[in-house]
Order: sequence, then C-alpha cells, then structure tokens
Amino acid sequence: MRDWSREVLRRLASLKLAPAREAEIVEEVAQHLEDRYQELVAGGATKEEARRVALEELSDENLLARGLRRVEHELEQDPTVPGGGGRSNLLASIWHDVRYGLRMLRKNPGFTLVAVLTLALGIGATTAIFSVVNGVLLRPLPYPDSDRLMILHETEPKFDVMSVAYPNFEDWRAGNRSFDQLAAFRFSDFNLTGSGEPERVWGRLVSASFFSILGAKPALGRSFLPQEDQLGATPVAVLAHELWQRRYGADPHVLGKTIMMNGTAYAVVGVLPEGFRFYGQPSVYVPIGQWTDMMMRGRDIHPGITVLGRLKAGATLAQARQDLAGLARHLAEAYPKTNAGHGVNIAPLEQDILGDIRPTLLLLLGAVSFVLLIACANVANLMLARATGRLREFAIRAALGASRQRVVRQLLTESVLLAVAGGTLGVLVASWGTSVVLAAVPVGLPRAEAVHMDGRVLAFALVVSILTGILFGLAPALQGAGSDLQETLKEGGRGASGARHRVQNLFVISELALALVLLVGAGLMIRTIWSLWAVNPGFDPHNVLTFSLALSPAKSTDPSQIRVFYQQLVARLKTVPGVQYASPNLFNIPLSGDDNEFPFWLEGQPRPASQDKMIWALAYLVGGDYQGALRIPLLKGRFITDQDREKTRPVVVIDQVMADSLFPGQDPIGKHLNIEWLGPVEIVGVVGHVTHWGLDSDARARIRYQLYMPFLQIPDQFMTIVRTASVVVRTSTDPLATFPSIRHEVYGTGNDTPVYDVQTMEQIISNSLAYRQFLRLLLVIFAAAALVLAGVGIYGLISYSVSQRAHEIGIRMALGAGRAEVLRMVVGQGMMLALAGIGVGLAAALGLAHLLSSVLFGVRPSDFLTLAAVSAVLGSVALAATFLPARRATRVDPMVVLRYQ
Amino acid sequence: MSNERIDLPQGTLDLLILKTLALGAQHGWAVSERIQQISSDVLRIQQGSLYPALHRLERRGWIKAKWGASENNRRAKYYELTKSGRKQLEAEETAWQKLIAAVGQVLETA
Amino acid sequence: MAMPYMENQSSDREWKKGSAELLILSLVEARPRHGYDISKLIAQRSRGTLRFHAASLYPLLYRLEKRGWVQGRWVEKSGQRRRRYYRLTPQGRKVLASQRHGWQVFVEAIKRITEVEHA
Repeated sequence: MRDWSREVLRRLASLKLAPAREAEIVEEVAQHLEDRYQELVAGGATKEEARRVALEELSDENLLARGLRRVEHELEQDPTVPGGGGRSNLLASIWHDVRYGLRMLRKNPGFTLVAVLTLALGIGATTAIFSVVNGVLLRPLPYPDSDRLMILHETEPKFDVMSVAYPNFEDWRAGNRSFDQLAAFRFSDFNLTGSGEPERVWGRLVSASFFSILGAKPALGRSFLPQEDQLGATPVAVLAHELWQRRYGADPHVLGKTIMMNGTAYAVVGVLPEGFRFYGQPSVYVPIGQWTDMMMRGRDIHPGITVLGRLKAGATLAQARQDLAGLARHLAEAYPKTNAGHGVNIAPLEQDILGDIRPTLLLLLGAVSFVLLIACANVANLMLARATGRLREFAIRAALGASRQRVVRQLLTESVLLAVAGGTLGVLVASWGTSVVLAAVPVGLPRAEAVHMDGRVLAFALVVSILTGILFGLAPALQGAGSDLQETLKEGGRGASGARHRVQNLFVISELALALVLLVGAGLMIRTIWSLWAVNPGFDPHNVLTFSLALSPAKSTDPSQIRVFYQQLVARLKTVPGVQYASPNLFNIPLSGDDNEFPFWLEGQPRPASQDKMIWALAYLVGGDYQGALRIPLLKGRFITDQDREKTRPVVVIDQVMADSLFPGQDPIGKHLNIEWLGPVEIVGVVGHVTHWGLDSDARARIRYQLYMPFLQIPDQFMTIVRTASVVVRTSTDPLATFPSIRHEVYGTGNDTPVYDVQTMEQIISNSLAYRQFLRLLLVIFAAAALVLAGVGIYGLISYSVSQRAHEIGIRMALGAGRAEVLRMVVGQGMMLALAGIGVGLAAALGLAHLLSSVLFGVRPSDFLTLAAVSAVLGSVALAATFLPARRATRVDPMVVLRYQ
Repeated sequence: MSNERIDLPQGTLDLLILKTLALGAQHGWAVSERIQQISSDVLRIQQGSLYPALHRLERRGWIKAKWGASENNRRAKYYELTKSGRKQLEAEETAWQKLIAAVGQVLETA
Repeated sequence: MAMPYMENQSSDREWKKGSAELLILSLVEARPRHGYDISKLIAQRSRGTLRFHAASLYPLLYRLEKRGWVQGRWVEKSGQRRRRYYRLTPQGRKVLASQRHGWQVFVEAIKRITEVEHA
C-alpha cells in the first residue's frame, strides 16, 4: 500500500480519534487512493504522475479533517449506538451522564456561574432557616426520655399559668400517683464574695430530685441529698461548669470548699458537666427547701416557683392531669381560704419551652422557600434559553436512536449537577446566614443553642439541591428531548419556539407572583411595627433609664436601714448632673413581662373567702419621683410623695382603668381599698394607664388594673423582698452617657454589689417588639432577594426575547417603524408579564396573608394601601428591568440583523 | 406537480434574483413576490435571506440600487441589473443547466 | 467538486449538501458498493462534471452511516485486501424516495424560472 496510510494518518492526527476507529478510516481511505493509483497507471500514466493525481484525492490539507471532525466527534460523544448498549450497567451510564454534564457545563462558564450563584442563594437561605427549624423544633431536648418531662403550674380562675406555692408543691409531691419525681425550681440572684471580686451571679433554687429528673450527672461530686433539701440543713451548693472554671480555676479539689453567697457560707458538693442547660445556665444551684424567706412558706404566696416532673413509666399526660386535678380538689377542700378554685396545669416541657414559636418558624420556612422557587424559575429560564443553542445536538442524538428517556435523563443529570454545585456553595451561605439570623434573634429564641449545621441539615441541603435540580431541569429537559431533526435543521436551529416561550413566560409570571406575596408580607410587618411604635404606652420612654441592684447582706437585715439606704441612694442620684428624677421601683417594670399583683377588695365589703374572689391589680412599689420619671399623666389628686412613709397614713394611687371600672361616675379620691397583707389604703390620686403587658397586647390582658404604693410603706416583714430592686431615672440627655456617673453614685453608698440589667425604657419597649422586628427583618430580606431575582428574571427573559426577535425588529424598522414603537412593543411585552404576575400575586397574597394575622397590628391582612404600594414597587422594578433591553432593541441596526440569518 | 414547497438553497437565490431583475427593475418585496409567482409558489424564500442576498449582489456589482417612488408613493429602493450582472446571469444559467443535467445523468442511469 | 465557471463558493457547499446525499443513496440502491466505486461512477456518468474526492466523499458516507441510512461492512474477497461495502437500509430507502421527489420538484421549479422569458 506504499505510504498512503501515512498520508491519510497525517491528516487525521489532529482529530485525536479512538485508535480503532482511526485505523478503520485510514484503511478505507488508503484503499481508495490505491485504487485510484492503479487506475491511473492502467490508463497509461507514469508512476510519479499517477501518485500525484491520486494524492489530489485528499485535496487540501484540512478538508478531510474538517469533514470528519463533525461526524466523528458526534459519534464519540454519544455512546448510544443505535440498537446497542441499552442494557449496559445503569451505574456506568449515570457516571457517563455526569461526566458529559460536567463537560457541557464547563463549556459555558458564564451560564454555569450565574446559575450556581442563583441556586446558592436560594438553597443557602432555605438551608439556613431549616437549620434554625431543625435546632429549635426538630432536635430532641438534651435530656434522656425528654418526652416524659412535664412542667407544672398552679391555676386559678383568673390565671392559667401561675407560680406554685411551696406548701402546695410539697403536697403534690407527696400525694401524686403519676410522677416518678417532682422537683420545684426558682430563680435567685446571689452576691458571690470571697476569692475574687464580688460578683452578682444568677442562681437557682432546686429540689434535691431536680438533677436526677433531668438525668444530669455531676462531673464532680454529687447533687443534693433529700435531707439537705429542708429548712435548717447545712447550706450546700452545686456549681455550674462555667463558674467553676472561671472563678475557681477548674480546681479539682473544690469539693468541700465553702463559698460565700449573700453573707452565708455554702459548702460545694458538686460541679455540673459542661454544657448542661435547662432554661438557661444559672451559675450556682442551692436546695430550695432551705430557703428561709417567709414568703416561701405561705400557701397563699406564689413566689415564682415552677415545678418539673418526670412521668412514671406507663402513665400518660391525661392520667397525670386527672390525678393532679383530684389532688387539687382535695387541697381546695382542706384549705378553702387559699386553694379554693385552684387547679394544676401540666404541659410537656417541650411545649413550655417552645411556646408559640412553631408557627412562626414554619411561616419563615414557607417564605424562604418562595425565594428558592424564584431562583429555580430563573435558572430554568436560563436553561431554556441555553437549550436553544443545543437543539442540533439533541436532534442529532435523537436521530441516532438515543431514546427520549435517555436524553431527558442526561439533561436532568446536568441540572442536578448544577443544583448540587449551587447547594454546596449554599451550605456555606447557610452557615453564614444562620449566624446572622441568630444574631438578629429576639432575646430568648428558645433552644437557640441547639442550632448548628448537623448531619440532618446537610442531608436537607442535599435533598433540596437534588429536588431543585429536577424541578428546574424538567422543563428544559422535556423541551430538549422533543426535538425533531428535520424541523430543527430547517429552521436553522431555532426549534419549536411557541411552547418554549409560553413556559418561559409562565416562569416569569410565577416569579413575580411569589415576589409579590413576600413583598406583601414584608410590607404588612413594616406597617405593623410602625403602628406599634405609634402606640402611646402611657408614659414617655425617652431618656429614661432603669437598672437593678442588690443590697449586700450587711445592709439588708434591718427594714429601717433598707428604707434609709434607698432614700439616700435617691438623694445621691439626684446630685448627678443631668438626672432629673430618680425613684426605686419594686415589683414591676412596664413591658418587661413582670407579673406581680396584689389582691384586694373594696371598702365597705367583707373580705372575700379566698384570694381568687378578690380583685387583682398590678402593683408598683415606688418612690415619689416615679410619676415624674416616667411622665405618666396625673389625672386627679396627687401622686405619692416621700412624705408618705411607714408611720403616715397608707396611701395608694390608682390608674384610670381602675377608676373608671371600680368607681364609675364617682370621684375615687378619698375612698379606700383593702389590700391583702397590707390592710386598708386610701386613694389619693388617679394616673393614666400604662400598657404594661405590651403596646398591643395590653388591651386584651386580663389584669389591667394598676396601683402605685410608696415603697417606704411596705411593712417591715416584707422589706426583705426589697433586697433586690430596680431604680428608674430620667435624665436630661442620653441616659447611657449619664450612666457611669450614676453607677459611681451607687457604689458611693458603700454597697459593694454591682448594678445590672441596665436598660433604657426605649430598649425595653424595643425588646417587647423584638419578636415582630425579627419577623419583619427576615421577611424584608426575603422580599428584597425575591425582588432582585424576579427583576433579573424578567430582564433576562426580555433580553433573550429581544435577541430572538432581532430580525423581526429589524424588518419592522426597515419598514419604517420608529424607535418609540419598538420601545412600546418590547416594554409592552414585559409589562403584560408584570401585570399577570402582580394579578396572580395579589390573589395569592389575599389568600395567604391571614397566616400573619396573629402578629399584625394596626393593619388588616387585606390592607389596600400595602397591596397597592407593594404592587407599585414590583411594577416599577419590572418596568426598569424591561426598559433596559427595550432600549437595546431600539438600537438594532436592521442591516446588521438581517444579514446574519 | 404536487403542492409542496421547498426551501431555496443560497446559491440558487442569486440566480433567481438576477433572473427576476432581468425582466425589469423591481424593489425588494416585489422581487420576492415575483419569484413566488414565477415558481408557482413552489419555491419559498426565507424572509431574512432576501435583503442580504440583494446586498451581496450589489457589492459584486451585478445589480444596482436606486431610490424611487413605489405605487403608493412611499420612498423605496429599486434594484436593476447591470451589464456585468447580465453576463453573470447567462453564466449562471448555463452552469445550473449543466449541473442539473449531470446529476440527472447519475440518477437516471440504473 | 470542480466547477470552474462558478465564482460563488457558497453555492458549491450548498450543492454538496443538497444533492450529494441523493447521489450516493441512489448509487447504492441497486447493490452494495464501496467508496471508490461510488466516486468513479459519479465521475463517469456525469462525464466529468461532478467529481467527489476522497476528502469529501468519506465524511459524507460516514454521516449517512451514522444516521442509519446506509450500512457499511467489511468484505474480504479471496485473494484481495478487504474493502468496505455500503448498502441502503430500509430507512435509507425511504429517505431516498423523498429526496428524489424533492429533487424533481426543485428541477421543475428551476426550469420554470430560467425559461421565464418565453412565458
């Protein structure tokens, strides 16, 4: 064969064909050359001439290669040989699809980058919210058998959830048949002195069984013994890990050492393991049974005690409820004065911890999934547009015998790859986003500590990525697989545009609708917060500071000393430049959830048989400056003054709600109330009502009566509760700037305890709104993301449409259409989509907005102004997004466009 | 003759345009209509190919464009055949005949 | 394909696409042929007007094969080197029929146009 093979091979080398195939081609073409040569020789040509002419068969250097390139490479790319290979290994063909998909994505880096980023945003945001849902709602509580743990409260006809009187608790513990163990617990603050700076620590009083109920084994030492949980027992304490490490240097010999708290020596008997938590992480635990405060021992006193219990094996919640209800009835009969009408409220621990947060979190999960759907729609549109350029590829593969199913699977593989890439990046977005969400979270998101990226969250991200990939990939895949070769080649590769355009339009309309729903949600929340801030709380929170302090033990034994201390403190505070008013405030800070009430009855009436038949009012025990500090309007009579003291006539000031309700049409001044434990008091003034329970929730609260009493008139035996108190200060300028001087004065009294819980009233009000502000923040973020994505989506679609219709536009312009007409045509197309999207979105919003109704204030879910404003915003964004490509369309040069058919 | 329409490959478009203009100057749209008329609606020209073809032929100097008024008095471009265009037309006609004959020969011989 | 009187390059390619397939399919209709045979027949029958070099012919053949319109097979006749013979498949037969028909329509149309001065 002489060297024909070499000549042919040389021209084929650049193609890099598979060796077997290459050899075949070389053999065939070389044979052709040989035949030609022989023929020429037989016809009389010389060997050299015959060879030269024969080589002309290969024409110029590149022709063979060019011709073969298209053919052979298409052959190589597609392994579906007609009639063969169908039953080959599924895994191998999926792996092939993956490799092919990666190659396709790499070929188009611009598209791939935009798609991956869009998906990362959508999947990342969704995963972030899910990780919060996972931590808060889905992960089990960190106690063994946590579903058997119950929280018990006392109930009264007026109160569903009341703290428990200690003697009642003891009777429950003794008489119940449904619980393995019951333990009481209560917060407490301690002044910790010795071995370092005096420190105010947050502690807890607990029954001996508390730790075993929770399955908490101390890391060092032991927990409390039953005999330590009694009045008169030697004081003992269990330390939290953090305190032990921080203050005692993780001393392994700390057991048996004593610590000084509130002047008493407590022996350390145990240290808790790191990370143990239950309703927060108090630093120190002491047995509740040792608490000598007389407030503890009254069956009619409910001093903030809650009860924890573990259900017996085999007992149900219903049984426990029945059991305790029966117990309560017995107690009511035995102690009618204090227990009549009292019952027991049992709720699972989880429910108590989570409260109302479940619907909110699920709402947020739903809202963020809208963002994900919009991202999907954008990527789907991108893929549909890109598919146009690949129709030849699909059509040829279909003509080769690739089954439709195979092509669909191939395309879905590509989209799933995209989605998984987006999801991987999204996980990074999510971990950043989760920390942002947690930072923005209102004080007290329950179980916030349980939120982090665990296996379930990652699995969620993966599953969402795959589903997302299938979702947005489906439309383009079905489109691509439906191509007909002849049709495709005839139309110059543009393919069946009708159906595709409809689908793309549908996607954009859906995006706009989803974005509108989110915008409505965000708008309603914005108006809600606005309306809330407009509510008059009944006082002026501007420039008011409040803080708490605790008396050192030395100063808190003698009631008259305590009174003197506070009076001196007030006097000192008022010497600070900028301080206008200063007053102690015991018992209740407005809008802080403080819940301390006194029962009373009206003068001239007999004392009701039991407290639940008395009238209840929020009680503020304050100094003379209080009304001035908060600027509560004085409506009648006078406010408390510092002349109202322990030896003078007991007085009280009531609020307007009380006056209107208890003394309608009369003047309450001069009348008397009989307050339980305190006796008769004379009403000397009426002040305005304060929205104690919340700017919006106060109107619905059960106990709205408010009364103010001079703290100096608290009877001696109750003065011990004044050991910790708040102080309210009004300053002429920024209260936080004045605070250092204030603190200086506090320390100047010789009280060696720190001040804590320093807040301005404005911060307190803001905290009361924190929940809604959190919701508003997230919905605004989602709505903004949705708006951006939808805007990009409509921009992309109109741009694409303009480029596809370029030659139609060119013809119109060649025929005399002006720029304005073209502009109108393109913008008109875009605005039709926008109108449809807004229409569908409004309908959906009207349907869904009621989900927010429990948090809305001052605005109805179907609020017209919000709907109109939000539609206008979306419409303008759509207009802007449409205008840019429209302007490009008017710049089309008909000649350029018509040339490149 | 059946009712099917076939698309015109690019090369033959040039021939048709030259032929149509040989019968008299026309403006753009009229050329396309005329072609359809002549070929009894069998040959269909893609909208976008006409103008580029006209410009190509104009560049080669085979046709010449001028501005005039159309039937409804709007300004429109008219095209007419040049002398070299007429020569090109003859050459093309001959070439196409030969081609068709050649292909016919290959096909018809069994 | 050598067409010395045609200055227009693109029609060259158009013709290749349009009629080459038709020619090849028709030549293997009656009986299987190998590549060289096909190219020789085309040149002979058109008396030299149409010529397919190897560089043009084989890519065309492979494409037709890939589409399933022809099927190629190595055949070894005794005493000779093996050659690749191509035969028409049933699908190819259908394609040929429709292309033939299209060709006739086309020829008719062109005839009409070029004869128009007599109309």
